[in-house]
Amino acid sequence: MSLDPATLAAILAMMAATVFTRFSGAFLVRRLKLGPGAEKALATVPPAVLMAVVAPTAFATGWPETIGCLIVVVAALRLSLLPAAALGVVSVALLRAASI
Amino acid sequence: MKDYAFRREAIDGFRAILPLIIAAAPIGFVFGAVATGNGLSPLETVLMSALVFAGGSQFVAMDLWTHPASWTALGFAALLVNLRHVLMGASLERSLGLFRPWQKLPTLFVMADENWALAEARARTTVLTPAYYLGLALPFYLGWLVSSLAGALFGALIGDIAVYGLDFAFPAVFIVLLTGFWKGRETGLVLAASGLAALTVHTLVPGAWYIAAGALAGIGAAFLPLAQKEQAA
Repeated sequence: MSLDPATLAAILAMMAATVFTRFSGAFLVRRLKLGPGAEKALATVPPAVLMAVVAPTAFATGWPETIGCLIVVVAALRLSLLPAAALGVVSVALLRAASI
Repeated sequence: MKDYAFRREAIDGFRAILPLIIAAAPIGFVFGAVATGNGLSPLETVLMSALVFAGGSQFVAMDLWTHPASWTALGFAALLVNLRHVLMGASLERSLGLFRPWQKLPTLFVMADENWALAEARARTTVLTPAYYLGLALPFYLGWLVSSLAGALFGALIGDIAVYGLDFAFPAVFIVLLTGFWKGRETGLVLAASGLAALTVHTLVPGAWYIAAGALAGIGAAFLPLAQKEQAA
């Protein structure tokens, strides 16, 4: 159970960076008087961030992932979160196995 | 009566996050295995998971790891990878009306893609309570610590998790949540802009810039129809 000083310093620097990113957005919003434009921009954050996170998997990883994403979109219209996501995981596992 | 409501909310939160805890466990395990492979001790591995608690930046740090570790390079990399948290926190703050000031600190400290997305989805349909968020975030946090410790101790035993498709669990959950934010054509425009910008930047620029680029492009696109209407009027 060793704790190297350089490693500890790196971990603390990473913590400082993530704490800064996690706190600064909420801190700024609390201090600003938001107009309708800013409200609208913030309301757009969830879909915009989720799409940006998902985009490389959906369009730039491979056919199993692209098809899997399509299956999840269709499944999400009918099913709740867990079954729709599980269906996607199973589809991707099968498609990957099939395309070896 | 109040205790009952608290427990009910916390259990609801836990139910929502449970599949993501299961999906994150192998990823935490892999992180632990990679970290010990890079020469980190189990204590250092768990310390990073506990204090940084941001999987993407932890894996990037493993890619950049040197001996001795460079705190400037790793701190800057973590800053870039987690820039999206600035937007996420700004958005989440609007849903924290029921939270006392001291509750907001731990809430933001453990804000990760998974519990943030579920909290935002909850706030869209009903009110986000501290109990619900606790039920989401605490088990997810502990799960990440336990799985990275397990990976640090027993990492040599694992095979390739891609075989089980578990790495697809996160995109799949995000897509389901995404459909919940659909509000018609305007959302389509946001998604198209975000996806296109994220893909372009992902192809051209190494690192995690694509998330910030996609998010900003999506937000920008939200204002396009409005601007056109104003011009027409």
